[in-house]
Amino acid sequence: MNHFDSVLAAMSPGNLLLAFIGVVAGTVIGAMPGLTATMAVAVLVPFTFTMEPAPALIMLGAIYTGAIYGGAYSAVLLNTPGTPSAIATTFDGFPMAKRGDGDLAITLACLSSVVGGLVGAVCLLLLAPPLAEVALAFGPIEYFWLAILGLTLVAALSEGDAWKGIAGACVGLLLSMIGSAIVGGDIRYTLDTEFLLGGIDVVPALIGLFCIPVLVDLVVSREEHLELEGKVAGFRLREAIGIALRNKVNLARSSTIGTVIGMLPGAGGSIAALVAYSEARRSSSDPASFGKGNPAGIIASESSNNATVGGGFIPTLVLGIPGTPADAVVLGALLVQGIKTGPALFNEQGAIAYTFIFGLLIATVLMLPVGLVLGRYAYRSIIAVPKSLLVPGIAFLTVIGSYAIHNNVDDVIVMFGTGVIGWGMSRFGFGPAPIVLGLILGPLAEQGFVQGWMIGSATDNLLGMYFGRPISLAIIGVATLTLLYPTFSRLYHDRKTRRGATRADR
Amino acid sequence: MTNRFNRRFLTLGLAAGMLSAAPAMADTLNYVIAFPAGGESDVTARLQEPVLKSVSGKDIVIQYKVGAGGATAWASLNKLPADGSTVMGTNLPHIFLQPMQKDVGYKSEDLINIYVFELTPDAIVVPVDSPYKTLKDLIDAAKKTPGAITMAGSGTNTGPHLSATTLNKLTGTKITYIPFSGTATSVAAMLGKQVNAAMTFTTAAMQQGDRVRMLAVATEQRLSTHPDVPTFKELGYDMVSGVYRGIAVPKATSEADRKRLSELFGKVNADAGFRKKMVDAGFVMTDIPYEKVGPFLDAKRKEYEAAAREVGMIK
Repeated sequence: MNHFDSVLAAMSPGNLLLAFIGVVAGTVIGAMPGLTATMAVAVLVPFTFTMEPAPALIMLGAIYTGAIYGGAYSAVLLNTPGTPSAIATTFDGFPMAKRGDGDLAITLACLSSVVGGLVGAVCLLLLAPPLAEVALAFGPIEYFWLAILGLTLVAALSEGDAWKGIAGACVGLLLSMIGSAIVGGDIRYTLDTEFLLGGIDVVPALIGLFCIPVLVDLVVSREEHLELEGKVAGFRLREAIGIALRNKVNLARSSTIGTVIGMLPGAGGSIAALVAYSEARRSSSDPASFGKGNPAGIIASESSNNATVGGGFIPTLVLGIPGTPADAVVLGALLVQGIKTGPALFNEQGAIAYTFIFGLLIATVLMLPVGLVLGRYAYRSIIAVPKSLLVPGIAFLTVIGSYAIHNNVDDVIVMFGTGVIGWGMSRFGFGPAPIVLGLILGPLAEQGFVQGWMIGSATDNLLGMYFGRPISLAIIGVATLTLLYPTFSRLYHDRKTRRGATRADR
Repeated sequence: MTNRFNRRFLTLGLAAGMLSAAPAMADTLNYVIAFPAGGESDVTARLQEPVLKSVSGKDIVIQYKVGAGGATAWASLNKLPADGSTVMGTNLPHIFLQPMQKDVGYKSEDLINIYVFELTPDAIVVPVDSPYKTLKDLIDAAKKTPGAITMAGSGTNTGPHLSATTLNKLTGTKITYIPFSGTATSVAAMLGKQVNAAMTFTTAAMQQGDRVRMLAVATEQRLSTHPDVPTFKELGYDMVSGVYRGIAVPKATSEADRKRLSELFGKVNADAGFRKKMVDAGFVMTDIPYEKVGPFLDAKRKEYEAAAREVGMIK
C-alpha cells in the first residue's frame, strides 16, 4: 500500500464525515472553559472502540486538534483559556477583543492553528522516525532547563511590575508542590488532609484563577462584556491573512517550537505556546506592544499549540510513548484496537498509520472553514447574550468542567478556592498567568532537577549533568537571552537616543 | 443498535460527569475502573467487555472514577449498589500499599475481591544496543561501581520502586533507582540512554518491540511470547512481582452473587480470543477465583509489606 492509497482511504466519505464531526465536536468542547482537549478525547474514546482502527484514529485526531483550537475562543472572548494550551492566547487575544477586534483575533487564531497543525502533521508524515530520536535526546536536565526557560516568561509577562510577576510565579510554584512528590514520595503542605494529597490539579486551578475574576468583574461592573460601537462582526479574513503573511517568520518559528515541544513526553501544548510566545516577543521589534493586543502574540500561541498535535503523535506512534496527555488516551485506544505502536506500526500496519496521518491533515484543513464559521458564531453569541445569561452560563460550565476532570467534587472546591485567591490577588494587580505558569512548570522543573541530581551524583558528574550537555546549553542560552535582551535593548536604545539628542544639541 | 447507542450515550454522560450514578438497570453490569479511559486498567476492561457481555447476557457499562492513584474509587466501593450489578477493578500492590502509608478512605480488608484475572509482570529492560546483554552483566557492573548504574521506574513507593529495591537486596548490589512521573516517561529515559536500564512492565517492554532487550521477567515461568528471556527465579533471585488486576464487589453483595460474578470472570478468562489478545500484549493470565482469592491476597500482602518496610515506606 503506497501513500496514494492512504490518501484515498483517508478521503473516503465516511472518514471525511468523521473528521468533520471530530473537528466540530472538538472545537465546541475545547471552547468551553474547563473542558480540555484531553477530556474531549477521553470522553469520546469509548465511542471509537466499536469502530475500525483508521476511522477511529482519524476521529480522535480531529477532536484533539479541534479542541486545541477551540480553546482560543474563550481565551479571546472571555480572557479564560478553554484549554491549558490557550493560556498564552489570552495575553493578546482578550485585549484585542476589548478594543473591538475580537473577530479579527479569532480569524487569526484559526489561520494560525491551521498552519501550526499542518506543520506538525507534515513533520509527523515525513520526519517522524528521526524526530522521535530528537525527543529521546531530551533527558531530565533538558526538561529542567526548558521549565526554567518557560519561567523566564514571567519577567516579560509582568512588564512594569516584575516583582508582582515573580511573586505570582512563586505562589504557583508553591501550589505545585502540594501533595505527594512524584520523585521522592514526600508528602508536602497537605495540612494532614486527604483532600490535598493528590495535589492541585492544573485545570481546576486554571479555571478558578482565570475565569472567576472575569465573572466577578462582569457582575460588579455596569459595562457590557465587550464594547462594540455599532461594529458588525465579520470574518476579516483578508486583513487576517495580511497580518499572518507579515508574521510568516513568527508562524514558522512558533510551529517548529510547537512540533518539537509537543514531541517531548511531559511537556505539552501549554508550555509550547508559552515558549513560542516568549520567543515571538523577544524577537519582535516592538516587544512592549505584546500583552496589549499584538496579533503576533495570538499567532505565536495558536500556531505552536496546534503544532503540538502532530508533534505529540510522533513519539506516540513511533515509540509508543505519548507526547501529550491526550496522546496517552489515544495510545490506550490503539491498544484496545489491537494496534501495536512502535517501529512495527509503520511497517506492518503502515496502511493504518498513514491513513490516520492523512486524516489528521485533512481534519486540520477542515478546521479552516469550520473554525471560521464557529468562531463568528461564538463571537456573535458572546456579544448578543445578555450578561444576566452569560455569567450564570459560564459559571455553570466552570463547575461542570472542574467536576468532569476526575468526576470529583474536590476539584470543584479547588476551582472555587483558587478563584477566590485569584480574584483577591487581581485586585492588587497580580495577574493569573504567572501563578498558572508556576503551577504548570513547577513539577517539570522539580522532577528534572532531582532526577538530574540523582543521575549526576550516581555517575559522579554533577556539573557536567547540569552544564555539559549540548541541548541544555542551547536552552540555557535562549533563557539567558530572554532574560537579558530587554535590558540590553533598552540600554542600546537609550544610548542611541542620547547620542541623537547630543547631536541635535550641537 | 438503539440499545448500543443508549449505552454509548450513557457512557458518554457518565464520563462527562453529567450523571452522578448509573440507574440500576436489571440488564446491565456496571464495571467501575479506578483509572482514566485509555489507561492499562481501561484497556484490560475493554478487552474483557465483549466476552463479559456474551457470557453474562448483560450490557456492560464501563465507568471511570479517577483520583488519588485509584483510592478515590476504592474508597467509594462499599457505598455502591450491592445487588450484584456493580463490580470494580482493583490493582495490587496499590490496594495494599496505599492504606499502609496513610488514611486513604478505605482499608485493604474492606475491598472484597472475587477474582484476580491477570498479572502485568515487572521486567528489566535495556536499549537493544546496550553493553549489558544479560542481567548478570548489569549486576556485575553494579558490583564493580556500586551506585553508578541507574535504573528508571515509575514513581516513588510504587511497584517498580519496591521491585528495584527488592532486586538490590536479593543481589547484594546498589543500583540507583531514578523515579519518573510514569511508565512512559521512564521508558523514554531508558530508550534515550539517560539511564542504564528501566524497571518496567512486560507490556511496556513489548510495545517497544526490537528497540529494547528484556534482561529478565518477574514471572513463575518464561513468557510464551518471549521464550528466550529468563525469569528472575531461574537466575537465582526469588522475585515474582508486578501489578495484579482483580475484580471487587461492594461488601454487602451476597455470597451467591459473589460466586456468580466470580464464575463470570472465570469464563471470560477462559475465552481463547481474550487470552490471546492479553498474552500478545504482555499480560500473564492468573485465573484466581473467589474461593482462592483470600489466601492468595494474604500471601501477596505479606510480600508487599516486607518490601515496603525494606524501602522505608512504612515503619
